[in-house]
Amino acid sequence: MSNQTDKATLASMHADHGTTVGQPFCDNAKLSTRNVDVYYADNQAIHDVSLDIGRNEVIALIGPSGCGKSTYLRCLNRMNDTIDICKVTGQLLLDGQNIYAKNQDPVLLRARVGMVFQKPNPFPKSIYDNVAYGPRIHGLTSNKAELDDLVEESLIKAGLFKEVKDRLEAPGTGLSGGQQQRLCIARTIAVQPEVILMDEPASALDPIATAIIEELISELRKNYTIVIVTHSMQQAARVSQRTAYFHLGKLIEVGETNQIFTNPKHELTEKYITGRFG
Amino acid sequence: MINHNSITQKVERSLKKRYLKEKLFKAMGFASVSVAFLFLLILVSDITIKALPAFVQTQITLEIELNTEKLGINQNSTTVEIKQADFRASIRDALRKQFPDVKKRTQKKDLYSLVSIGAEYQLRDLVLENRAYLGTTKKLSFIADDDVDALVKGVIDRKVEESARRIKNFKLGLIEDLEKNGQIEKTFNWSFFSNGDSREPEIAGIKGAVMGSLYTLLVTLLMTFPVAVAAAIYLEEFAPKNRMVDFIEININNLAAVPSIVFGLLGLAVFINFFELPRSAPIVGGIVLSLMTLPTIIIASRSAIKAVPPSLREAALGLGASKMQTVFHHVFPAALPGILTGTIIGMAQALGETAPLLMIGMVAFIVDIPQSVADPATVLPIQVYLWADSPERGFLEKTSAAILVLICFLIAMNAIAIYLRKKFEKKW
Ligand SMILES: Nc1ncnc2c1ncn2[C@@H]1O[C@H](COP(=O)(O)OP(=O)(O)OP(=O)(O)O)[C@@H](O)[C@H]1O
Ligand SMILES: [Mg+2]
Repeated sequence: MSNQTDKATLASMHADHGTTVGQPFCDNAKLSTRNVDVYYADNQAIHDVSLDIGRNEVIALIGPSGCGKSTYLRCLNRMNDTIDICKVTGQLLLDGQNIYAKNQDPVLLRARVGMVFQKPNPFPKSIYDNVAYGPRIHGLTSNKAELDDLVEESLIKAGLFKEVKDRLEAPGTGLSGGQQQRLCIARTIAVQPEVILMDEPASALDPIATAIIEELISELRKNYTIVIVTHSMQQAARVSQRTAYFHLGKLIEVGETNQIFTNPKHELTEKYITGRFG
Repeated sequence: MINHNSITQKVERSLKKRYLKEKLFKAMGFASVSVAFLFLLILVSDITIKALPAFVQTQITLEIELNTEKLGINQNSTTVEIKQADFRASIRDALRKQFPDVKKRTQKKDLYSLVSIGAEYQLRDLVLENRAYLGTTKKLSFIADDDVDALVKGVIDRKVEESARRIKNFKLGLIEDLEKNGQIEKTFNWSFFSNGDSREPEIAGIKGAVMGSLYTLLVTLLMTFPVAVAAAIYLEEFAPKNRMVDFIEININNLAAVPSIVFGLLGLAVFINFFELPRSAPIVGGIVLSLMTLPTIIIASRSAIKAVPPSLREAALGLGASKMQTVFHHVFPAALPGILTGTIIGMAQALGETAPLLMIGMVAFIVDIPQSVADPATVLPIQVYLWADSPERGFLEKTSAAILVLICFLIAMNAIAIYLRKKFEKKW
């Protein structure tokens, strides 16, 4: 019973930010979003979400299918700009700068906030060219040797180098699904973004490939801020420090990953993680 | 409880019907393909059989005395002087010498018309190339007249009674004399591929029309491809989705359905009368045809661009590629095979187009082979039309030969298209 009242007080504490319970804010925020609404034409997909993403933290977004995780994630590097009917309102800040400001260049933003997509989507080019593409268009290296080093380093970080070092000129689309996904990760980290957004990066992978990627995420955390969408609660528990639970476009609860999985404060969260729906 | 047995039975029962339908469809499909192929085969083989005689030419060998005094030129004469010399007389002398009994005026006319009117130019060109011939007597071969050609090829039947035969007995006698002497032979008709058009079927060649078509298509390609691809990319990737763009889109589709002769009228009014571009020239023909093929290529290119998976665009954009880089580094190369296919279809359409070119004067009778896009020229389909319209028998086989050349042209273009598609279609 007392648990119930606890939840009620917590909810009222955050009354100005919808129904979110827990700690959606943090002191050292890399990304800070307030009152975000997203509409697909007349259909509202995200309702009043306010959330901070801390520097060098891994935050996991979980929730049932269709609850708006991908939509929220795609707001953070303005990938939603490519969908004509999509409209984003609210305040989204990267290092205190408005992501959606008129003078914010989406190209520069995406160089700083990289993204790994749910389905591996390597370019129909060689493995080398896949990884080298980002550095090339941004002019990150000044000569071929530097570029070679960067490509190698990125592939090593993504845990793919050993498997492909003898066939860098082979087509990237000829790799297995898991290898392709790691190639896409290598491609993203070659640009050395500050934030990496990952939309279910391991959804199509076997346990071994998943383990490699999870290890990689823990490794990357030292230098990057990572937002990861996942359907696997075990995965969220393994890789993330904080977890945010979305439900029907609303951010229901945010907290330390341990706490969310052992002692959720909101009943919807509890239902979801105990597998009673979702 | 679900009754699995009854479900299996139901599926089995419907299975027969489904397989029957599939078989029926396959059979129908095969039949359609066969019919289409059969028609094609009939068409091509008919044309080929009719065209074959056009690739053979009858030659008459004569002993020509190149008398320097009679011709009034010698080995040191200038080109102009040689060009003015009367070579016709040399040929007539040779013919008279071989048949000294021919005296009557009408009979002489028959005698002289054994060789083509073009023979004197043949001789002139030979002399220009080999001045040492002057002052000597040489055995030289000349193109036979089209009637002689027809007789030798058997198109004119010798056994038919005289009154119903184009070649009368007297001339037949002359020809048979020459045949006995071994002075008549059939050779491959190289000149068909190196001559321009002519009123005389035996010297009429296809080269003028081939060059005309090449120049016209070149202009068309250079004008259409960049414009169409740019328009397609803009409309697909950059244009805002509003009324204006919808309106443009509808109009492009309408343009594709406009009868081609309308483009010819437009070309006449705008490019020839207003801009005063030369009449009958490939440059105008090319511009008119490019207006006509533009919508075809735009529509094909747009659907090729549309077919590029969005995940490819997202991958590039997600790395921070600009819109322009995304389009030109990834979308355009992926769409290129489709764009090229559309372009070749458009060009093939342009190659076979006749009506608009009639309007801008490319139907004129032009002997000279065009040397540039501004020279008067005709094109292959119009050459077919012109020859088919000529009364001389010899043009019959030339018409089929021209159609065959046109078909070969098309096959070559399609082969290039397939090659390019294979080259760019690295389905990685
Ligand atoms: N391009 C779009 N156009 C219209 N509606 C969309 C579009 N993308 C997503 N939506 C809608 O927005 C809502 C949220 O979708 P979103 O893809 O963000 O869900 P998700 O949480 O990522 O689901 P999943 O776990 O299945 O990937 C859904 O109701 C969906 O129908
Ligand atoms: Mg999703």
